[in-house]
Amino acid sequence: MKTITRRVLPGFGLSLGYTVTYLSLLVLIPLAACILRATNLTLEEFGRAAWSPRARAAYWLTFECAFWAAAINLVLGLVVAWTLVRYRFPLKTLIDALVDVPLALPTAVTGLVYANLYVSDGWLGQFLSPLGLEVAYTRLGIVLVLVFTGFPFVVRSVQPVLAELDAEEEEASAVMGASRWVTFRHVMFPHLLPPLLSGFTLAFARGVGEYGSVVFISSNIPFKTEIAAVLIRSRLEEFAYREAAAVAVVMLGFSFVLLTLISLVERWSQPHVK
Amino acid sequence: MSNESSEAPISAATLNSFQPRSQAREDPAWVRWLLVGTTYLVIGLLVAVPLIHVFHQAFSAGIGEYFRKLGDRDTLHAIFLTLMVSPVAVAMNVVFGLAAAWAIARFQFPGRTVLISLIDLPMSISPVVAGLVLMLVLGLQSPVGQWLRDHGWQIIFAPPGLVLATAFITFPLVARELLPLLESEGVDEEMAALSLGASGWQMFWRVTLPNLRWGLLYGIILCNARAMGEFGAVHVVSGRISGQTDTLPLRVEKLFQEYDNPGAFAAASVLTLVAILTLIGKSVLERKVHRG
Repeated sequence: MKTITRRVLPGFGLSLGYTVTYLSLLVLIPLAACILRATNLTLEEFGRAAWSPRARAAYWLTFECAFWAAAINLVLGLVVAWTLVRYRFPLKTLIDALVDVPLALPTAVTGLVYANLYVSDGWLGQFLSPLGLEVAYTRLGIVLVLVFTGFPFVVRSVQPVLAELDAEEEEASAVMGASRWVTFRHVMFPHLLPPLLSGFTLAFARGVGEYGSVVFISSNIPFKTEIAAVLIRSRLEEFAYREAAAVAVVMLGFSFVLLTLISLVERWSQPHVK
Repeated sequence: MSNESSEAPISAATLNSFQPRSQAREDPAWVRWLLVGTTYLVIGLLVAVPLIHVFHQAFSAGIGEYFRKLGDRDTLHAIFLTLMVSPVAVAMNVVFGLAAAWAIARFQFPGRTVLISLIDLPMSISPVVAGLVLMLVLGLQSPVGQWLRDHGWQIIFAPPGLVLATAFITFPLVARELLPLLESEGVDEEMAALSLGASGWQMFWRVTLPNLRWGLLYGIILCNARAMGEFGAVHVVSGRISGQTDTLPLRVEKLFQEYDNPGAFAAASVLTLVAILTLIGKSVLERKVHRG
């Protein structure tokens, strides 16, 4: 059928040509230029710029915070998805709608509000400070805003799978004497693992790239609370373009790896999802 | 369908329609309370309190003060700039989305799968890296940037740079909505139009576009929300000149850094309002699109 439509339907050349041109001009050529700029450096210079102790600390912090945030989201997301699918409770529709807020709220607003809420005399910070929990301007704060930005991904990938789960399997398991926990662990969880994993990687990837909200809540101190994106920005402010490009190339490399990982997870989870 | 249990001789479909009434699928009461409680707590602390806090802080000094803060010259300019930049970036991505969806959904060609994954690429790049990448190509330290400046074009540290950075970040959002929709539509109506003598453009305007209208609107709304809130990429290419290249999110940061909390929250409340309207529009459209 496709070969027929190609002869009959108009606009193939125009639409594909435009697509490729626009994609190249806006995305591909700039990306290539950035990589070229970094390759202008000798290997040693590149190493010094992209793999300095400060840069390594920044990468590590970025991944550490994104990982913990995604891990927390794994648990919270499963709980929220479970209650939304299985139970009836007051304000359910509102809560379901509120899950999407992190996707629509500008990151600058997130950062501003969280920083303001969690400073030691803020609405929520005043309760945490006496407990020795400082959130604003610390790593804990970075994890917290990343939990917020990544939250919808786990919920939204688990929710449809949970709703489609085969009731008979659960019934059978219960009738054969399995406790509710055993049923969940051995009958339901295997079905939920692929969407959980896919939600986790999406939240993780989002966390690695997040910048706006982190800038507000972190003190952005090198070696302590400086994530990779902030390092790039500081290099830019020093007009050290090549060093910035070198760090950016490393982050681009991580993005490609993550992108591949996401598509692998999605392909692997496809046969499990009905 | 095989039934291992004699107690449940009902099909899965019937059971599902009654869920979660079935006994075996019911969790113990304490588990239910624990999980529902956790959900309230999580959504409340994570989402509801911050949302309320934005407006509470914005209006903490009274409505008059709120509008005085919003009426600040630089804040007004930031609102104006955001309202100028976003539609242009969205329009660019709409044209691209339509072209890409048409080419990919309607034709088979070598490199099709590569093209699909390349379209998603900008979303997985950190916004700051995206901004940097544009800056390296178009900034004054690059040959292209110098050539452009010699011909009177300033891109970086000027509104065109803001548009490009915004378009880069929101690049796949429209295409991603249109592609599956167009694929599911089928070609029958378009073929009918063509065989009745319509030209290619007539077919596009009268058949293809009307069929895509809700999906297109959905994509535009999502794309616009991201465009208006874009921070990282814009941050890099803007140069942050107050009253000139500060978009609204950048203005929020500047006010925050100047310890002008009421001002920052007033500006943030506008962005929050956009986000809330986006979510409402999105859920209305979702119902429309699902109904077909």
